Amino acid sequence: MKVGVVVFPGSNCDRDMYHVLTDVFKFNAEYFWHEKGLPKNIDAVILPGGFSYGDRLRSGAIAAHSPIIADVRKMAEKGIPILGVCNGFQILVEAGLLPGALLKNTSLNFMCGWTNLIVENNKTPFTNKLKLNQKIPIPIANGEGRYYVDNETLKKLKKNNQIVFRYSEIVNGSTDRIAGVCNESGNVVGMMPHPERAAESAINPIDNKPSSLIFESLLDTIGVTN
Amino acid sequence: MTTFDVHVIIENKPGISDPEGETILHDLVLKGNHSAVSKIKTAKMLKFTIKEKDKKSAKITVQKICDELRIYNPMVSKVTIDVFDA
Repeated sequence: MKVGVVVFPGSNCDRDMYHVLTDVFKFNAEYFWHEKGLPKNIDAVILPGGFSYGDRLRSGAIAAHSPIIADVRKMAEKGIPILGVCNGFQILVEAGLLPGALLKNTSLNFMCGWTNLIVENNKTPFTNKLKLNQKIPIPIANGEGRYYVDNETLKKLKKNNQIVFRYSEIVNGSTDRIAGVCNESGNVVGMMPHPERAAESAINPIDNKPSSLIFESLLDTIGVTN
Repeated sequence: MTTFDVHVIIENKPGISDPEGETILHDLVLKGNHSAVSKIKTAKMLKFTIKEKDKKSAKITVQKICDELRIYNPMVSKVTIDVFDA
């Protein structure tokens, strides 16, 4: 059972993600450089946070055309769990694998701090061990984190249960306080906050259990037993 | 073939807030007593230099590039393309 961590030029949360996957949750994880393909026997793919291509043009816009994205797209179609965190979420949106857009925060500031998420969909491979409406204390760190969808798409997201996380209060001007969404099938999930920075008690001053359940959900989904 | 300069302006669609433009309007321009100004929108401009047979082809080619490579996100942005002699 293998989890791929995709690395782009400018990714900087790849090590944190790899550490949490392997050292904390005992996944068999491997880095994959964005110019290479993904092997067929991969069980889940994670696009970590960072500043791919220095956020040039728009966050995630250049990385969305990296060669590896063709394989990520194939895996998404096959139903393999895929998670994009922060810049990874922006890349999935820019690649058209998730709906919407991520705009500059209303404050125009780079926002870095703790926030609270509310679980809105606990049927995805990354949330099935969480309870509906469960609160997740978790950090954000982004400049372009304001999730935007038009009214028509918002209706579709609600109808298809594609809103996975909301902020508990207004944080950055996101439409409907949306912090994370999934595709229609539910296997591709994107979120702006950083669960890899919140899943260990050593670095979470509030409560690391809810974020750890994001990784335990994946363990449960791809059949790894500790 | 002739060389053209093609300006691609990417801006938010109407209805999507532009806090930077609003701040420039309210906290700089209007406070500077330029009350004739009613709106300021920020945008990003890309300048392409391209060889094409005429202005029309240059515009079509650049529009195609913008659409194909998602130079702008059609969910939130619109593009305006202007062609000039280089």
